[in-house]
Amino acid sequence: MMDSCNCVEPQWPPDDLLMRYQYVSDFFIALAYFSIPLELIYFVKKSSIFPYRWVLVQFGAFIVLCGATHLISLWTFSSHSRTVAVVLTVAKVLTAVVSCATALMLVHIIPDLLSVKTRELFLKKKAAELDREMGLIRTQEETGRHVRMLTHEIRSTLDRDTILNTTLIELGKTLSLEDCTLWMPTPDGQSLELKNALRADPLNVIVPLHHPTIKQVFSSTRAVVISPNSPVCVTRIRGGKYMTGEVVAVRVPLLHLSNFHFGDWPDAGARYALLVLMLPLDSARRWHVHELELVEVVADQVAVALSHATILEESMQARDLLMDQNVALEHARQQAETAIRARNDFLAVMNHEMRTPMHAIIALSSLLQETELTPEQRSMVDTVLKSSNLLATLINDVLDLSRLEDGSLELDIQTFNLPSVFREVLNLVKPIASVKRLQVNLTMGSDIPDVAVGDDKRLLQTALNVVGNAVKFTKEGCVNVIVGLERPEYPRDPRYPEFCPIPADQHFYIRVQVRDTGLGLNPQDIPMLFNKFVQADSTTTRNYGGTGLGLAICKRFVNLMDGHIWIESEGVGRGSIVTFVVKLNVPEVNHLSIQIAPTSQPSGSGSRTDFSGVRVLVTDDNGVNRMVTRGLLNRLGCEVTLAASGRECLHIISQRSQAFHVLLLDVCMPEMDGYEVATQIQKRFPRRERPLLVALTANTDRNTHEKCLRVGMDRVVTKPISLEKMRSVLTELLERGSTFDLNQRL
Amino acid sequence: MVSGRGVDEGVFFLFWQGILDDQFTQLQMLQDESTPDFLEEVVTLFFDDSVKLLENLSESLKADPLDYKVVDGHVHQFKGSSSSIGAQRVMQVCITFRHCCDNKDKQGCLDHLAKAKEEFNIVRSKLGKMLKLEKKIVDLGGVLPFMDC
Repeated sequence: MMDSCNCVEPQWPPDDLLMRYQYVSDFFIALAYFSIPLELIYFVKKSSIFPYRWVLVQFGAFIVLCGATHLISLWTFSSHSRTVAVVLTVAKVLTAVVSCATALMLVHIIPDLLSVKTRELFLKKKAAELDREMGLIRTQEETGRHVRMLTHEIRSTLDRDTILNTTLIELGKTLSLEDCTLWMPTPDGQSLELKNALRADPLNVIVPLHHPTIKQVFSSTRAVVISPNSPVCVTRIRGGKYMTGEVVAVRVPLLHLSNFHFGDWPDAGARYALLVLMLPLDSARRWHVHELELVEVVADQVAVALSHATILEESMQARDLLMDQNVALEHARQQAETAIRARNDFLAVMNHEMRTPMHAIIALSSLLQETELTPEQRSMVDTVLKSSNLLATLINDVLDLSRLEDGSLELDIQTFNLPSVFREVLNLVKPIASVKRLQVNLTMGSDIPDVAVGDDKRLLQTALNVVGNAVKFTKEGCVNVIVGLERPEYPRDPRYPEFCPIPADQHFYIRVQVRDTGLGLNPQDIPMLFNKFVQADSTTTRNYGGTGLGLAICKRFVNLMDGHIWIESEGVGRGSIVTFVVKLNVPEVNHLSIQIAPTSQPSGSGSRTDFSGVRVLVTDDNGVNRMVTRGLLNRLGCEVTLAASGRECLHIISQRSQAFHVLLLDVCMPEMDGYEVATQIQKRFPRRERPLLVALTANTDRNTHEKCLRVGMDRVVTKPISLEKMRSVLTELLERGSTFDLNQRL
Repeated sequence: MVSGRGVDEGVFFLFWQGILDDQFTQLQMLQDESTPDFLEEVVTLFFDDSVKLLENLSESLKADPLDYKVVDGHVHQFKGSSSSIGAQRVMQVCITFRHCCDNKDKQGCLDHLAKAKEEFNIVRSKLGKMLKLEKKIVDLGGVLPFMDC
């Protein structure tokens, strides 16, 4: 080193200041170089992860050797031995090797180290992101919890107001809202009214339905973000105006009925409420999708809860109404029962109290009639009797009907002779009928049983009432009563065809029909006739009297006997037909053997059944009539001769050797009528020798009758003649005629 | 209690309809063993007579000038025979027919003639059928049920 060199500057002595500085620096360098690996080892040992140990070793070696080199070079500043030089050289060589190796190694490692940094940055970002998302999820979970809690709160009550208030409060809390309002439709359905609010004052704010914002919200099932300037964004006033951030509105369907199918709600005609949620202005928050979903879910739940509340309200109202009605009904029932009891008591008393004086009046008036009276007095007594009878009937009818009405009347069931009931009816009306010169006929079917079980008195009363009416309302003609066993093919009541009696083993039905040639009825009046106190025509009461109760009572009786009664008429003046069908029971076998004698014999007592030997001459211009009369007389055993005209009659009489006992003369004959024949006969024969003269006429009026008697007829008989009538007429005539005369003729 | 042959179901039906009345029952009662065909004879006579009568009536109503007395006479005859038989509805028509004659109501008379013909036909067909049936039953040895009146 100290050899000559080709330096420009002169050689410089080694023990200089510079040398000293170098010496110190080398020393410090060595020191540092030795401490660095120590530090490295120390910290590496401390850390748990260090993937580059080999590099560290290399680096450590490199540093150590560098340090060693620098340390050794300390000895080279002064003169030094060869050993030092060798050591220094070895150190330098080693250092060179290691540092080259290290340099080579670093080429690999430095990119790695650099990329670590990038990865670190990346991971940091990711961690930040995850953090954010975690935050979101947590928020969502919280929200979900809030919704569940909110729903629970809403559904735990059925009180409408509580539901709404809870909703608003909870929503406000969950979503940290500035305000939350609910708008309900007004009764007229034209606008929305602010009903509930979290913070705002519901001050009768009304918004019309036709506002575009509202239309927009109502037409969508989702929550819609709306402008904070729309009229529904009403909140508490701060600083003189509404201050809200973003606003969301959602429709809440109001259901009237309980049939809700989510997603299937009818849109047409549905009423909606509006839920408006406002974010605070201060925060820069915006509405997130999950929050909107939350709002929609809440709105649905509110709708459901509200409809439940509505249903409950309605059913509570209905229940209250029913309870009120029940109470009222109970009250009314008690009143009705009281009234019925009062009426029954009244009837029971009146029944007796009214009838007794009536009977007294009637009985005494009848007795009075029997005494000697001036014509004036007699007519007065007659009137009194008539009026009292009428009054008695009235009272009876009314009392009967009242008992029938409330169902307290029961049938008096007995075994009785059925045909005799109708014969009795006929007997009862015959007097009046004959006064009015009406024919009353009874025809009974061959299948009517003799004995039946039922209420014979009421049956009689019904039949009598009907036949009596017929007689009452018929001025001329006849009343026919037909009684037969009911058959399914018989014509039913045209106004009530459902009545279809079916006979059975234990009972049967009879049909009774009464036909008259009387006043007839207007078909329109017929349905009312069975009502109480109704008569077909107001003039009827005036002219015919009566209470109008008769048919009503008949109807009740007939109904009690499981039957039906109806009237038919072709019109006013065309007569009427009253038909009733009643049920009677079949008598028990041992009752059948009881022959209950009929109350009246068909033939009068003492009437002859055989007129054999009596010679009769029948004069009638009608061939059929002749034949019928002959048949009648033959049946009675008479000897009959027929003449077709008055002239022929006289001819036969003059011809005959044996005289006739009786002459039956038809008064209306052409050429020579019955009157003339009679007159002629009177002329020809002395009184005691002439035959008995009987006039046959269809006329019932008084004039004909008197005329017949004036010309000398012994009897007047109305056509058509029945067997019975003929029998009784002949009996009477032949008995009346003196026995002397009779014997002479015979 | 029971007297003679009587009204059977089929004929009884005509009672309910008002076509026949009680007089018919009387006639039925007159028929017995000694006069087994009495009813048939009378009814046949009635049918034949009435046909002739109705023809006469038509003729008399066609005459010009109309003699109401003649018309009335015929109607009177018809009324008499139908009442003897018991053909109630026919008789009713005759009664009102006579009123028309009294009032000299030509149109009324013509209407009533038509009605009389109609009612007569009803009686004839229904009663005729019934009687034929009854005759068959009796001929075959059957017995018609009894009646009590």
